Amino acid sequence: MRPSNLSGVGTFLAKQGILVAFALFMIGFTIANERFLDPDNIMGVIRSSAILGVMALGVTFVVISGNLDLSVGSMMSFATIVVLDLHDKIGPTLAIPSMYAMVLCLGALIGFLVGYLKLNSLIVTLGMLSAIHGLTLTYSGGKNMDIADKEGTWFSVFGQSDALGIPVPILIFALLASVLGLALAKTPFGRKVYAVGGNGTAATFSGIRRARVVFTCYLASAFCVGTAGLLQASRSLGSQNTVGQGLELEVLAAVILGGASLLGGSGTIFKTVIGVLILGFIQNGLLLVGLQFYAQYVVTWIIIILAVWLDIAAKRGKLWSPIA
Amino acid sequence: MEPGTLSTFLKRGAIWGFIVLELIFFSVAGEYLSLSDKAFMDLDNMLLLFKQSAPIGIIAIGMTIVMINGNIDLSVGATFALSAVVLLDSMTWPIFAGLGDGVIPIAWGLALMTGMLLGALNGLIVWKTGVDAFIVTLGAMLGYRGLVFMYNGEQPTSHLNWTLVDFAEAQFLGLHTATWFLIAVTAAVWFVMNRTVHGRNAYAIGDNRTAAINAGIRVGPHMMINFMIIGFLASLSAVVFYSESGSVNPNDGELYELWVITAVVLGGTKLTGGAGSVLSTLGGVLAIQLLRKGLGHIGADTETVNLVIGLILIAVLFLDRQLNLKGREELRI
Amino acid sequence: MSNQTPALRLEGIVKTFPGVRALDKVSFSVMPGEVHALMGENGAGKSTLMKVLGGIYQPEEGRIIVGEQPVVMTSPLQAKAKGIVFIHQELSLAEELTVAENIYLGELPKKSFGRVDWQQLYAQTDEILGRLKVGFDAKTKVGDLSIANQQMVEIARALTVEAKAVIFDEPTASLTDAEKVVLFDVIEDLKAHGVGIIYISHRMEEIFKITDRISVLRDGHYRGTLTTAETDEDEITQLMIGRKLDLSRNASHHEIGDIALEVRNLSCGKLFRNISFDVRRGEVVGFYGLVGAGRTEIAETLFGLREPSGGEILLDGQPTVIHSPADAIAKGISLVPEDRKGQGLILGMNCRDNMTLPQVSDLKAGPFVAEGAEIAIFDQYRDRLDIRTPGWKQLVGNLSGGNQQKIVIGKWLSMHPNVLIVDEPTRGIDVGSKSEIHNLIRELASQGYAVIVISSEMPEVLHVSDRIVAMFSGKIIRTFTSEEVTEDNLIQAISGITSDKAA
Repeated sequence: MRPSNLSGVGTFLAKQGILVAFALFMIGFTIANERFLDPDNIMGVIRSSAILGVMALGVTFVVISGNLDLSVGSMMSFATIVVLDLHDKIGPTLAIPSMYAMVLCLGALIGFLVGYLKLNSLIVTLGMLSAIHGLTLTYSGGKNMDIADKEGTWFSVFGQSDALGIPVPILIFALLASVLGLALAKTPFGRKVYAVGGNGTAATFSGIRRARVVFTCYLASAFCVGTAGLLQASRSLGSQNTVGQGLELEVLAAVILGGASLLGGSGTIFKTVIGVLILGFIQNGLLLVGLQFYAQYVVTWIIIILAVWLDIAAKRGKLWSPIA
Repeated sequence: MEPGTLSTFLKRGAIWGFIVLELIFFSVAGEYLSLSDKAFMDLDNMLLLFKQSAPIGIIAIGMTIVMINGNIDLSVGATFALSAVVLLDSMTWPIFAGLGDGVIPIAWGLALMTGMLLGALNGLIVWKTGVDAFIVTLGAMLGYRGLVFMYNGEQPTSHLNWTLVDFAEAQFLGLHTATWFLIAVTAAVWFVMNRTVHGRNAYAIGDNRTAAINAGIRVGPHMMINFMIIGFLASLSAVVFYSESGSVNPNDGELYELWVITAVVLGGTKLTGGAGSVLSTLGGVLAIQLLRKGLGHIGADTETVNLVIGLILIAVLFLDRQLNLKGREELRI
Repeated sequence: MSNQTPALRLEGIVKTFPGVRALDKVSFSVMPGEVHALMGENGAGKSTLMKVLGGIYQPEEGRIIVGEQPVVMTSPLQAKAKGIVFIHQELSLAEELTVAENIYLGELPKKSFGRVDWQQLYAQTDEILGRLKVGFDAKTKVGDLSIANQQMVEIARALTVEAKAVIFDEPTASLTDAEKVVLFDVIEDLKAHGVGIIYISHRMEEIFKITDRISVLRDGHYRGTLTTAETDEDEITQLMIGRKLDLSRNASHHEIGDIALEVRNLSCGKLFRNISFDVRRGEVVGFYGLVGAGRTEIAETLFGLREPSGGEILLDGQPTVIHSPADAIAKGISLVPEDRKGQGLILGMNCRDNMTLPQVSDLKAGPFVAEGAEIAIFDQYRDRLDIRTPGWKQLVGNLSGGNQQKIVIGKWLSMHPNVLIVDEPTRGIDVGSKSEIHNLIRELASQGYAVIVISSEMPEVLHVSDRIVAMFSGKIIRTFTSEEVTEDNLIQAISGITSDKAA
């Protein structure tokens, strides 16, 4: 109806737009500041993206299965506070599995509500965002949590040390991304996640137990959140109750930027990692070219909308929406 | 996403029943548990409750119409903060220096204009690009927040104008200024949604978009107007609140979108659009505020509020689903 | 009548889709004050013709003339403005709004400040509702009305404009007898106002009761117009089916085996009641009936998608309960569903992954999917079913309807089921693929599968079935063997009127 049908070049740009834009940013930043491509700088960017990245891995599963998880931010706060508190009470060796157990219970609860009871995931996880925040505050009594003996514990190994010359958070992020990436791309379970998100009805008609798949996705998400909490706690050895607040939406932004559709059925772990890195590098690049730290938010906003817009424009073959 | 619907039972005022239950519970429980001697349903306490409900309430009214229309707006918290910054900062601009208190209407106007423009931008993007409102406003939430920080860094923006403070603290017929604003907004938006062609068309679009398009209703402009209204109301909420407090932190209003959506959903507005009522949203707002105050009254940790509200939200959703089940004839998919 | 100007005239309408000539020079006209039935089997071109009239499709050739004006329509809105109004089978109402708001959707009367002029709205609505003699008022919420009354609201919409022609598409599908009487009164009223009416229905009883003339479409061609008073069911049926069916009736030439599936007194709420039948190995049982007769619901129950409210299901003589599709598959039941795109396929997934989806958990190499085994399965069924696709990586959404359907069939054949249920196997599929799929179904039976075919197309059921179960309104009217069945007694059984004669 509108004349602006996309040409071949347009379609290519629309499909690969996010990578093109990313490349342009990288080139621009490199020209503007030679320190940008410095290995130390790159390592630093990845390292500081690791916590967000680990959470985004789990949320990718949830989003591909056609649901949302807005509770990851407050669940991350919960994990951090719990593991710090238990560290002094029962020691790190027991604190870590206990924390994972609790977080997985929360994930199972969400998975039960969304998967088996078929409740709307947006509202359920919104409710859980609030409920888990309350749980954290109740647990901590509203106080900050600190490890008493910060020098004497090996607990800092996850967040602060290097192995093979690479910071441990990056290693954990990379390891988790590889394992989950393989799980999603290569295993029967991964295939089912795509099927359930792509067309839940058809998946059911093919004998896939949809509820079980959704449930497992939330467990995966909770596991990632627990890991993010562990990294956060280990890095800072002390934390506020609100350390993860607002991260749920940044995580979602990274996943969408990577090209996963909120409708489900598309996206990959690799693309999510790209999405996370784009956010990280843009933040870093803008700082290096002398822009304010907060300019990154504005740039992220523009990039997200452009990325999704171009994606759907390529699918419908028209740049502008046909809505009257 | 599977659509969630709220049952007719809940739509038709169960929220008010819930409020009554809360009042009874906290009054009775307060007799035994309260730390203070004051009764829970003390007049001053209730008046304060209305006042404290206003900032979230005014935005929630706007969210109701956007959700009825079949969209959502996650950027309201950031819009709220940016409008507040414009409000307080513009009063200190040198060009307005000679105006005295004449600066007040100008600052208000600028702040309200800011909100309306940000809303219009969201609406325009949703309309013209066809990107889902959830994503557009999720991006805007980050972008608008970025603008707030870029404006003044991490420093609070402060300006106290005592005329304004007096105005904001005034009480008329016992009700605070903020309460009056909440009432006026509720009444005005109720009128728009129930008495005007725009309001009725907005319902029709959210209810059955194809039918609306086939009937020749122009979906885009209606959506955009609703985004402008919610932007305007987010800034009005900021105007009302910061006229009194006089100082805004750059991360003020964070998570407001979540509180607001909670209130709207408790009030029974359908997530998929087409159904909902401004008055029930007001009920949702009051219910949350009552819970907050009530838990404090009976000596529970204020932290428990979040826990309780989250669980109630999920319980409401569950209840709604049970009421809507069609029984064994339903297809098990 | 002949010296009058027709209310609506079609001249040589042609509409083609890739590979199909859906409408081939269709011409007919409707007089003012006439009820004109449009009949034809599913796939004969009725719905395409209606979409042309509704401005959704543009014809490549031919003219549409309303009164004396040739018109071109590019949207439903324009069609309405030209005086062509539709009463759709699927309702397009906003359920949360009132009756009045729905009737004047998009055209609410205005006062100052954009306010709705409720007084005028209700006055206008009351006048229209008065004409329809309905039992609800203008302020009722549409969601609170029965389906029949919602249909009345749709009809009321037609009365808001100066309609030249009103088209009813299967309007009685969801109405009770009492409600039908009201509908027919409305049609009489429209007639009296000089409106031309096109009435689409499969139900002979109604056709004879209310129409003046009957036009018949077959395979996209106009086949003639009959005067209702001078014709009978046999003549209409003859015109609809037309050809001497070169599709030979198929009594099986191979051994029919033991009973694979038996159903005793199966019921599911109001959807179907007391259904009993059996299917043997090597046999095709056809289920024939109108849309809404309960056939698909039976299939869904057998596949574990619905919980029966009574009766029992026996597999190989053993009573069994089927809890879910996964359970049904494990017990050897497969379903090729009615809605290929909505239920059968994941359009954004490639051909191979769609085909192996039900068994993906069993195709493992270590923790991973054995992609080699998957490709082998895909290749095997691509060759066997002659699926035309550039390769397994092709997204299923990019295939033609026929090839998509073959992917679904391949998906289930690769599971080697005992009982294969196929629901509307050739809906929306080109003629070539159609006969391929028919042959395939016969071939499967000869290999010992027990097959159930559900279809709304008579030639299809006649061609592929060894026995035919005729359903009407949730009940089995009669089961025919292939020797007993004729087109006439079949069409009469599923129209629900002459079951005594048929039995």
